[in-house]
Amino acid sequence: MRRVLTNNSWTIGLAGLLAFLLIATKVIQPDFGVSGLDSLARAALPFALASVGMAVVVIAGGIDLSMAAMMAVASVTGAVLMNGASDGEAALAVLFVLMVGIGMGAINGTLIVLTRVPDIVVTLAMLFVWQGVALLILNAPGGSAAPWLRGLIVGGVTLPFLPAALTEWIPKALVFLIVVVGAIWLPLRRSKLGLRFYAIGSDPLAAYRSGVPVGPTRIAAYAVAGLFAALGGLSVTMGTGIGEPIPGPYLMASVAAVVLGGVVLGGGRGGLLGPILAVLVLRTVRMDLTLLSIDPNVAAIIEGTIMAVVVMFGAVLATRGRKT
Amino acid sequence: MTPAGTTSAVLDAQGVSKRFGAVVALKDASLQVGRGEIVALMGANGAGKSTLVKILTGALKRDSGHVRIHGRDVRLTSPGAARASGLVPIYQEPSLIPDLDVADNLRLCETPVEPFRHWVAELGIADLRMDDAIRALPLATLRILDLARALAVEPDVLMLDEMTAALPTDLVERVLRTVRAQADAGRSVIYVSHRFREIAAICDRATVLREGLTVGNLKIEPGIEEHIVELMLGGAVTAPERQATAARRAPGEARLKVRGLRAGTRLSDVSFDLYRGEVLGLVALEGQGQDELFDVLAGNRPALAGGLEVDGKAVAFHHPADAIAEGLTLVPGDRAHALLMSRSVRENIAVPLLARIRNWGAIAMGDEAARVGAAIERLQIDTRAQGEVRRLSGGNQQKVTIARWIAKGVKTLLLFDPTRGIDIRTKRQIYALVRELADQGAAVLFYTSELAEIRLACDRVVVIFNGRVVDSFDAAEADEARLMRAAYGLTAKDAVPA
Repeated sequence: MRRVLTNNSWTIGLAGLLAFLLIATKVIQPDFGVSGLDSLARAALPFALASVGMAVVVIAGGIDLSMAAMMAVASVTGAVLMNGASDGEAALAVLFVLMVGIGMGAINGTLIVLTRVPDIVVTLAMLFVWQGVALLILNAPGGSAAPWLRGLIVGGVTLPFLPAALTEWIPKALVFLIVVVGAIWLPLRRSKLGLRFYAIGSDPLAAYRSGVPVGPTRIAAYAVAGLFAALGGLSVTMGTGIGEPIPGPYLMASVAAVVLGGVVLGGGRGGLLGPILAVLVLRTVRMDLTLLSIDPNVAAIIEGTIMAVVVMFGAVLATRGRKT
Repeated sequence: MTPAGTTSAVLDAQGVSKRFGAVVALKDASLQVGRGEIVALMGANGAGKSTLVKILTGALKRDSGHVRIHGRDVRLTSPGAARASGLVPIYQEPSLIPDLDVADNLRLCETPVEPFRHWVAELGIADLRMDDAIRALPLATLRILDLARALAVEPDVLMLDEMTAALPTDLVERVLRTVRAQADAGRSVIYVSHRFREIAAICDRATVLREGLTVGNLKIEPGIEEHIVELMLGGAVTAPERQATAARRAPGEARLKVRGLRAGTRLSDVSFDLYRGEVLGLVALEGQGQDELFDVLAGNRPALAGGLEVDGKAVAFHHPADAIAEGLTLVPGDRAHALLMSRSVRENIAVPLLARIRNWGAIAMGDEAARVGAAIERLQIDTRAQGEVRRLSGGNQQKVTIARWIAKGVKTLLLFDPTRGIDIRTKRQIYALVRELADQGAAVLFYTSELAEIRLACDRVVVIFNGRVVDSFDAAEADEARLMRAAYGLTAKDAVPA
């Protein structure tokens, strides 16, 4: 039990910070309630999916700067295919977009492994490539999302046996996030492939010597990131009802959430729950600052400062822990 | 074809060759290991030993030759493939994933847990938990886990590459006993080591490499180590070109006294004196503690025990700047660490100078130009490519690393293998340069991996083995055979028991 607590202290701390921030929100804005929580969760959804995807590559010792651009490709592909389509066709479109995401990620990973050019350079180049692709598919926001798809993330959950007054507090967007990430990551984390992600991120040489196929594993990590980017792009389309060809502010936000979420840049350490909580923390901070009607420029400075302080605090705690 | 004493080889490597560009690392290496046999793989620096190890473990692809295990040709395209073929290596450094726990590390290479636990206990680690993070375990324990993990998959051929280098003595004994018992039970073992004592204790045969060729295949018996040393050296022990002179040391107290120095896991207990005006050679096989010694002397790493005296005054270095302030100057083995590769020759020579001429403010251009010009001229550095140091040849780069200290004036120079990979003409210039510095009163510590250099460049030599000084004598007596014997720890007490 103690071990579980110490191994997950960072995540537990983040959950505590989030709880504190939600209470602070209620104090700042007494009528913050069901609809506020719902819109917070929906706004956080694409950020969370981008961060989860980024976290997977970072755990495997890489980074993917084309995350937001891949999301844009997925968003417009989905919106164009679903425009005027039946429910069944829309479901096929979703599957297709997920395949496209895996494909884009695999292309990023393959280029990195084959050319041996640093990941940061390859994915920076691919950022521009995917941006161009998104604009070729749809040169202005447009298309549409299937109504049933939008219904997945709007409003509260309804559950039998439980009063609606209780379940309406659980935003569908949050449930969607947990189900999707859980369905992909939990089996992966327990599989050999998941173990290999951590291994190549932690020590590529030792992993190679332990018989891990380093190149294919790296490609797989980027493909999983691409899958999450596709889900993130779809969630943008689901939220707004249209396809967005211009990448949103998801790249830097995802790196920030990964760092704040306790995933070590450089690889090998961390999980996906931390980055998700970090996204919620960062979105809540932003919402609180807006509610306090603080100048957005000042708000940006405060957000950056919070991140730096929290991460430094974590580093200090980590060195302390190692010494004792 | 079949070596004496074996009927059918479990592992049979024949005619293995490998070249890197123009450099031939292996010409024609062969190695056979029979069932129940432990074969030592030996060779001096640059003999091709590590290349052969890498080929057998799948980390490098051979250019020609074949490798058979149980008579089947095996494709060794990756360490994973080598494992699958039944050859499991244990490397000099741990190959466990630091961020995973023990159980996950076993899962990663499909190691059965129960046999692993058995071997861990057998090798004397009692308190291991499967959810211990590798990062938190001590180095010696990791080496034992590596071995237990290898034994648990019951490999056909076990390869141990200098695995005892970082182990305390009691664990070494336990490892040797276990490996011998494995061989007696029918397993085949390749034992790569510099340590004759261990080889004599457990090995059946030794295969010796020299210049990329297998030059010998000997049964281990009392007195064999002399023969092995001869084989490693080859017939080409040339007469000394420089008549080593009598002690040149300046009278008076030692410039640098090293007493009982311990650092890292490899440097155990080293003491010596370095006098003004002398070049003191240092000889050691790879990984005997010389890296740690230079790190401590240059202020890159703290000493765990022992002390340093400079000009009779006790000192402790916490930062490279402390060492430089006491006049100790390191020329590192890796030139890339010492130079600003994309800056000019002049700037590189001037950098250490800046720290002295003026600590702050504008650079005294005239003074700088004069000193730098003098240094370049003395070194005969080819300055056609002087715009960027990276465009110089390796030899000229090395001259720049030494030249900068001539320009500054140096009291104690620590040279770590300064002539590695440099042509013979430049080597001579570097010897002359070092001698000139010593004649001006500098004290020079000269570590080299080339035994012949001791006679050419040094006055005295200290030999380190297993983290301790095992021998020390005048350079005039330092023929390669004597140095090699000392470097392998072959003193009377370590001789093969009859």
